[in-house]
Amino acid sequence: MDKFLKITNGERISRAAIPALGLDEFLQTVSDFVNADGYVVQFFAYQEGGTNRMLAVLRNDSLFVAETEVGDVFPSLTQTGSAKFHMFEREIAEQYGIRPVGHPWLKHVRYHANYAGRPDIFGNDYSVDIPGNYEYFKVEGESVHEVAVGPVHAGIIEPGHFRFQCAGEEVLHLEIQLGYQHRGIEKMLTQVPQKRLPVICEGIAGDTSVGHNLCCCQAIEALADLQVEKGASIVRVIALELERIANHVGDLGALSGDVAFNPPASYFGRMRGEFLNLLQVLCGNRFGKGLVRPGGIAHVMGPEQCQLIAQKLIEIAPELRNVCDLLFSAHTVQARFENTGPVSLAVAKELGLVGYAGRACGLPYDARTLFPTERYADLPGLVNGTVNGDVNSRAAVRREEIMHSLSLIEMMLGQNKREYKAVQMQQYQLAPSSLAVTVNEGWRGEVSHCVLTDDAGRIQRYKIKDPSFHNWTGLAMSLRNQEISDFPLCNKSYNLSYCGFDL
Amino acid sequence: MLKVIKNRFEQGCRTTSYPKEPISLYSRFRGRPVINPDCDRSVARQCAQICPQEAIDPERMTIDLGRCTFCGHCETVGAGAFVRFSQDFELGAANRQDLITDGRLPDLAVHAKAHFKKLFGRSLQLRQVSAAGCNACEADTNVLNTPFFDLSRFGIDFVASPRHADGIHVTGPISVNMKTALLTTYQAVPSPKVVIASGCCSISGGPFYGSDEVVGDLNSILPVDLYIPGCPPHPLTTLHALLKFFK
Repeated sequence: MDKFLKITNGERISRAAIPALGLDEFLQTVSDFVNADGYVVQFFAYQEGGTNRMLAVLRNDSLFVAETEVGDVFPSLTQTGSAKFHMFEREIAEQYGIRPVGHPWLKHVRYHANYAGRPDIFGNDYSVDIPGNYEYFKVEGESVHEVAVGPVHAGIIEPGHFRFQCAGEEVLHLEIQLGYQHRGIEKMLTQVPQKRLPVICEGIAGDTSVGHNLCCCQAIEALADLQVEKGASIVRVIALELERIANHVGDLGALSGDVAFNPPASYFGRMRGEFLNLLQVLCGNRFGKGLVRPGGIAHVMGPEQCQLIAQKLIEIAPELRNVCDLLFSAHTVQARFENTGPVSLAVAKELGLVGYAGRACGLPYDARTLFPTERYADLPGLVNGTVNGDVNSRAAVRREEIMHSLSLIEMMLGQNKREYKAVQMQQYQLAPSSLAVTVNEGWRGEVSHCVLTDDAGRIQRYKIKDPSFHNWTGLAMSLRNQEISDFPLCNKSYNLSYCGFDL
Repeated sequence: MLKVIKNRFEQGCRTTSYPKEPISLYSRFRGRPVINPDCDRSVARQCAQICPQEAIDPERMTIDLGRCTFCGHCETVGAGAFVRFSQDFELGAANRQDLITDGRLPDLAVHAKAHFKKLFGRSLQLRQVSAAGCNACEADTNVLNTPFFDLSRFGIDFVASPRHADGIHVTGPISVNMKTALLTTYQAVPSPKVVIASGCCSISGGPFYGSDEVVGDLNSILPVDLYIPGCPPHPLTTLHALLKFFK
């Protein structure tokens, strides 16, 4: 891996220091790395003075970066290297019109015209509605039928299209077509005034407002050389953990609802609100919007807020334990959770699943322990006990993470002593010709932002990756050979982001 | 079974007595803004300049709640010299113009259409359409079904099919990729029907205003009857707007 530059999370790197490899060498190195237990954090294209370049950020126990120049085509790594590249390569094809030759399933990701004004690779006419010029994967044969669901679903849910190929009740194949939520965020972030950046990043995925905005603010901090005071850093950790607990608690409630066990569904639903209200105590918004800003946080956590949070945790922790026990000890629930929607460790590795989806399969990766930001280096990690890759494991991992996060918040509250100032968004001079890569463990898993500046310190390319970008394929694999009626349960056990994927 | 009963006792009854009794939100919650009309114009201009949403008009001394994300940045200028945010969460409006406010909002009940109250006052079924929302609006609409808010006790429900609905509740800035699905859903709702724009995204594009991948203003493609501001609207804001407008 000596051909790549080893970097640390959230550091400013001069673009001159990024190794620029020849295309063949680049592809070979990336491929070898990923096949030796390496994973892709970011892999994207950008334009530099009329030429195309591709940049890769990879991880094993460290982060690495390198880039290369590329023409209109390159040999697909999905075909020759690893399935981990499949979505990244489709994204490169869609965003810049560069063709990964030999990609086994080259279709658009979000359905939009490319940024470079090149002829469209997919033969789409974007005045025609999504999904455009694209045939879904079809299974044919006697008694095989197709079920199409969405984009508008039967509930208060984000839009997306699901196409099931079934033999009777059994799902042979599920294809997921997203893009309905595409707002053009990456392009916007290079064009709008700086003051809009945190507000937009808080809207990448509202349930991950803190996670995404933290990545954005840490990138600005790296590029503008801003220091974050310890007290502010503590509040950032508390906010990220509150976000994690709120979402996990809500999902456990949704899972109980999906197996028709209503008492915990109601209780979890109500308790989720309690955690959102704690974010509101911190910053006035139930989703933590408006809290994290470059250089620190916009609302100081005073003794009053600290006490309100501590009190609520003391009150709610035993209730949470009891309701979790109610859910997980009910044999009717176990019968529905266990062995439903399994993904093997081998498949999880092949796809590079992250977050609880990966951990439930036995991939221990947690960015909080491997690439700690803020105060995480001082905090204990978590080892999960149930790792069979099924719905039960994904639920059990969430339960363990809720309890772990409660203890982290408690520790952080105990350290909240130091005085610090609230900060607001300002106009910052970003370092010219630089790169910053930030990685945080959002509640769904690895969130990463990558910011490239030009020689005047303007943002030339802003790349966002939500963990859902990896994990939607995991959901599709979970459905193989399952009853189609188990789809809601499998889906809820992942609860992936449509808007975080669609950007 | 014993566990179910034990938990039932521990959880107790959690449903809010709002709107029969008032409810107060924590002091940091940012609701209806209170603008100081005597504020120095230069302070107002400074607020307008830092506003990421371009929601402040310093010459008319107003804030557009249809654009505002309630981030509170303007409140920090001169320690609230131009604007302070109150904890009043009752923000719904029947007209887009009413959201451009000097701090006062007309009584929603007076502006509601009488025939809507007659048609839907006892039972209102809504189809929710997420059109490129960040899922915060959707999530805080969903919580209306949790025991604390218990929306269905008012005869209001979110339903699966537009055919069963009296109207649509739209969140998000309406991506180009969702426009047709949204219009099709609207067409599938039998008339007479209502259109509710929830969250600053559906009202003005919200944080995504200016993107060429979004429509940005629901009213430009469908006739909006009720606006619910916020980023996202607090569940109580939505509850208040629905009750005042339809009950």
